[in-house]
Amino acid sequence: MNTRAHIALLADGRRLHLQDGPIDLVIEAFGTRSEVRAAYSAATERFTTILDELCSELPLLRQPAGPSRPHVSGVVAKRMLDAVLPYAVDNFITPMAAVAGSVAEEVLVAMTGAADLSGAYVNDGGDIALHIAPGEEFIVGMVERPDHPSLFGTARLGAADPVRGIATSGWRGRSFSLGIADAVTVLAESASAADAAATIIANAVNLPGHPAIVRVPACHLAPDSDLGSLLVTQDVGQLSHPEVEVALSNGSAVARNVLQRGLIVAAALNVRGETGVVGSIPLQPALPRSLVHA
Amino acid sequence: MADIDVIRCDACPVLCYIKEGRTGACDRYGNRGGQLVRLDPHVVLDRAVSRGDSVVPFLERSQDWDGNLVSGPDTFITAIGAGTTYPDYKPAPFIISSEVSGVDMVTVVTEGIFSYCGVKLKIDTDRHLGGECSTVRAQGEEVGHVTTNEYGSQMLALGGVRHLTGGSRHEGTVTCETLLNLCNGKAVDLEIDQGAKIRVQADKPPVVDGVLEERMRVGCGSATIGMFAKQWFGKVDEVVVVDDHITGVLSEHQAGKLLGIPETGIKLKGRRSTPGRYFKVAEPGTSWGGTNIKDPLSILGDFKLTIAWPGLRLLMVSTTGEHYAYFELDEQLRPVEKELPTVLQQSVQRIKENCEPALCTVLFMGGAGGSLRAGVTENPVKLTHSVRDALTRVTCGGAPVYVWPGGGITIMVDVSRMPENAFGYVPTPALVAPIEFTLKLADYGNLGGYMEHVRPLQSLLRDRHMSAKPDNPWPLQNNLRPASKS
Repeated sequence: MNTRAHIALLADGRRLHLQDGPIDLVIEAFGTRSEVRAAYSAATERFTTILDELCSELPLLRQPAGPSRPHVSGVVAKRMLDAVLPYAVDNFITPMAAVAGSVAEEVLVAMTGAADLSGAYVNDGGDIALHIAPGEEFIVGMVERPDHPSLFGTARLGAADPVRGIATSGWRGRSFSLGIADAVTVLAESASAADAAATIIANAVNLPGHPAIVRVPACHLAPDSDLGSLLVTQDVGQLSHPEVEVALSNGSAVARNVLQRGLIVAAALNVRGETGVVGSIPLQPALPRSLVHA
Repeated sequence: MADIDVIRCDACPVLCYIKEGRTGACDRYGNRGGQLVRLDPHVVLDRAVSRGDSVVPFLERSQDWDGNLVSGPDTFITAIGAGTTYPDYKPAPFIISSEVSGVDMVTVVTEGIFSYCGVKLKIDTDRHLGGECSTVRAQGEEVGHVTTNEYGSQMLALGGVRHLTGGSRHEGTVTCETLLNLCNGKAVDLEIDQGAKIRVQADKPPVVDGVLEERMRVGCGSATIGMFAKQWFGKVDEVVVVDDHITGVLSEHQAGKLLGIPETGIKLKGRRSTPGRYFKVAEPGTSWGGTNIKDPLSILGDFKLTIAWPGLRLLMVSTTGEHYAYFELDEQLRPVEKELPTVLQQSVQRIKENCEPALCTVLFMGGAGGSLRAGVTENPVKLTHSVRDALTRVTCGGAPVYVWPGGGITIMVDVSRMPENAFGYVPTPALVAPIEFTLKLADYGNLGGYMEHVRPLQSLLRDRHMSAKPDNPWPLQNNLRPASKS
């Protein structure tokens, strides 16, 4: 029995909050009351062992991925490895790059396997796995900066769209980034695929050698980081408009490549309020800036 | 892993190694000074526990806290972290009852979203930061303006709805970030058009054009002469208080004249304003009295041979007392530096004592809008009246606030009296600040409160606890007016 895990409905009585160590899930299922209850109990049951499973293979999961390594055996660990393998030839990447999306996906799979739902989402700190039954749709808010959420638009996702996973990566987020994107949001067929791609694209939104960018070896910040001595972005000073454009086009080039390989459906790249979109996002215009409160 | 500043967290099987000042993968546990501490968002203030630290080591939690928290009056629920966050932010107020000295009290706790808000920044400095009404920028964006010059301090007004939501998107984002950082006690770099570059941080000395401002002067050179003339009388023949603004000369100054201090034949460089007061004795700088001089004699000409006398005693001192030198004239009436006589040491010390440490102070100012008030009562104006009539106490994160007279609930609060990181942010962009309304349960019923939502204090005791700041009045102090009869 896992006594660490926090399992509770949020104050609205609708959403389920599951937290264990660094895993923090907000879950909502849609359907009849009994199906939702069945889904929540399946989610909770699956959730309670995930962190221990991952931690039992943590040293392996922190190793760079390659064609035959690392040799992991857990279901979630394999999902993580599968998600990052397409990038392993050209990039340094470890399975940890897809941990959040893979956990979200795993819990969603448990829910949809146990209950008949019209829709569901599992949000793991911004990396989201979606279930959309035929005829249903989701409206997803897109943010510029994960640390200071500010909607720049909403995406309407229908059952016919291939998108079932959304992930966001950027230097201001909880995980380290090698790039300077405030946020790269990726839509993909699964949350684990979106998570890995967002990491790769956010790393590519960059201005190598720019003096206004403060970079620190990851291991100086977190001694056990899977990124080792790679330089991660800690601060971005003033950038000119043309520099922002260069960084965006560097990232967009990688995003287009990933898109052509069929690994993602779309990506939105954000640097300093400038946005670049690759692929097709059913994006609604940004919310009007009104004084909704006050 | 041999670093001494790294600790290993055993709160979960990830077993993060955490460096000093950072958090683990979960952002819930962190390393503060080598201690593993818990950083949960919702904050409860404890009056009885006087650890003085802002976060409580979680390992001590179970030992110290079991059972002794239910005592009501010594625990106050703040609004910090009370609201849910994006994507569907709703200020879901906790309405908490507790018994204080036999009276049932209610604290309505919410995180208010303030689109109409800003920061009043007081910067203790005599340096010229910029002209009144000049634009203040952060990261190149307009975030506020220079307002009045107060005694020894320059005031800036930052934020406000025009910069938050009236300008470009980036202007709003930068303004919000600037306010958020200042309110959360972080350092912020600002630049004033045709003025100075400054680094400001609540409760810390300002840095002006790269120079740390350490002390506020007690007054200009002339004012210092006026204040200390009597203490110098009879102990020294001449005093020059060196100041970049107005340098004062005791024997020529009105204060010296009144005491009957004779002329000394001293000759000051610079432009004489009125007797004993000189402008521009040197260029501005970071040495003596905010000038660029290293040798105080460089601002003096030769003493007049017909007036001065050998043995004349001269004290030169800066407006902050940080620099001083004592001279006596030799037979040729040239000043020769001597050790400061004991009788004068006290006056130099007193100038120093009267110069307080220079600080930046940050007051958050915001107006609690109708929707926020509606989260407290079904009839929002009744809350306004109740605050006005002192039936309801308003606090921010447990800190006392000043409620502006007139309409609405417009408050000001010294952010340094609030727990750290008490402020948040929403997309509008707007600031999220904790705000608590404390009143008697009976009064709460009278003003149309949500009585069915009142829940006991005990239901929240699992949240993050902090020691109350000892200088703040206790928010639940039972000195509100008796229940109204309305």
